[in-house]
Amino acid sequence: MCGIVGLFLKDDSLAPQLGDMLSEMLVTMTDRGPDSAGIALYGASQGSSFKVTVQSDDPANGFSGLAAHLSSATGNPCSIEEKSTHAVISTDSSNAGKLVAQLRDAHNELRIMATGERMEIYKEVGLPKDVAARFNINQMSGTHGIGHTRMATESAITTMGAHPFSTGADQCLVHNGSLSNHNSLRRSLRRNGVHIETENDSEVAAAYLTHRMNQGRNLGEALEDSLDDLDGFFTFVVGTKNGFGVLRDPIACKPAVMAETDRYVAFGSEYRALVSLPSIDTARVWEPEPANVYFWER
Amino acid sequence: MPTIDLAQDSLRTLNKTLQKAARDVAGTQSNETDWTIENPKGAHAIAVGLDGPIEVTVAGSTGYYCAGMNKEASINVRGSAGPGVAENMMSGSVVIEGDASQYAGATGRGGLLVVKGNAASRCGISMKGIDIVVHGNVGHMSAFMAQSGTLVVCGDAGDALGDSLYETRLFVRGSVKSLGADCIKKDMRPEHLELLADLLERAGSDAKPEEFTRYGSARQLYTFNIDNASSY
Repeated sequence: MCGIVGLFLKDDSLAPQLGDMLSEMLVTMTDRGPDSAGIALYGASQGSSFKVTVQSDDPANGFSGLAAHLSSATGNPCSIEEKSTHAVISTDSSNAGKLVAQLRDAHNELRIMATGERMEIYKEVGLPKDVAARFNINQMSGTHGIGHTRMATESAITTMGAHPFSTGADQCLVHNGSLSNHNSLRRSLRRNGVHIETENDSEVAAAYLTHRMNQGRNLGEALEDSLDDLDGFFTFVVGTKNGFGVLRDPIACKPAVMAETDRYVAFGSEYRALVSLPSIDTARVWEPEPANVYFWER
Repeated sequence: MPTIDLAQDSLRTLNKTLQKAARDVAGTQSNETDWTIENPKGAHAIAVGLDGPIEVTVAGSTGYYCAGMNKEASINVRGSAGPGVAENMMSGSVVIEGDASQYAGATGRGGLLVVKGNAASRCGISMKGIDIVVHGNVGHMSAFMAQSGTLVVCGDAGDALGDSLYETRLFVRGSVKSLGADCIKKDMRPEHLELLADLLERAGSDAKPEEFTRYGSARQLYTFNIDNASSY
């Protein structure tokens, strides 16, 4: 099972409601997978700011004095905004490399969930409504986002096993299905220097797409490539800094419904997830074709 | 005409009420035959297990397994239907005004399923006597292992149509992306034109029987063939 949702806004006036709409869509999908849940949101770009979303099992200690320490260690100002077990650390984009290196080397008690100019990821074990409430997702604005509620099959029920997975700056993926060649593909990607955190099959799909995009393919082309190289069942919803993509495997057992109006493009594992979107009754609603790449860019 | 509003009543109440109504009408204890369901909003298992001649209008789109195991009832969905609509129908009719998701009409033993939009993959998989008319296209693996009944596709069919087919009759007006194992093109005889004319009329389609191509089983997979032993 697993439930996945996605929302890509065309009309900027809906931006303040993105978090609210996306979390309501995800909560509707709770009975497709109650193990853990997560949401990736793309907020407004703030000048030359770069963000890292980190998670701590012990936020009271983990985040205490973190901004000051990172500022002095990188030699550039870093600020922190705490949200429950997660925190978003911001710095100038020229300091991005140093910040990520410092977090990886000197703060391995923290887990890096997301990096990028615009993307933030919040995910935890628990029901979608609890995860959404914990991080106040409904207060967040943005241009597009994806969400996932998990019924674990391929790896343990942990924060890091929850979706969305991010394997590159401003890139993320949610997956409904299971991949059968993820072990060999993970080995091959690691040999190519790709960093993969977990033993989860879906992270391999995310890393594969990141790897392809690093080789110069755009999101649509990378998704096309995955039809040849990924073996298994999948419906993917993928986000990039300016883009939003959907792909189903050629057998297409995993359900998918899309809706489009002149204000948004929405994805849900089921139509139920879409029913509270504005003007859904007059939206174009369709089931995405198997092995057909859909993607939108702003 | 009674209305059940899923914004207020539970799904269990809905199905209990409709099942009782269908039984009562079948047993001539009631003549309350027309029912409307408001606010389906993609809910699962709407109007399942009805066992009597009532008419149910669903005012919107449905989720998984709408109208499953239907017997004698006429169910009209004024929207699109999720996976597994009209599964294992025995008799009666189910009409979907929009599209149907995968495995519409699966394992159906009788009755008529009409999809006025497109049907996705595996339409009519393992059908056993149901008649299905799709005004639009059907997806891949439609009529897989279909045993009897008729599948009429007024648009195009996807890959592997009629794979491992038994005796279901397939009629496609548009193109077929590919035929499945043991499915072949066949001649259209007068009795097929007659059958098609009747089904198209009942399904509210103005397509002409002469525009269709018939496909059916080559009957080469029915029994074990010793010449194929080395393939196993």
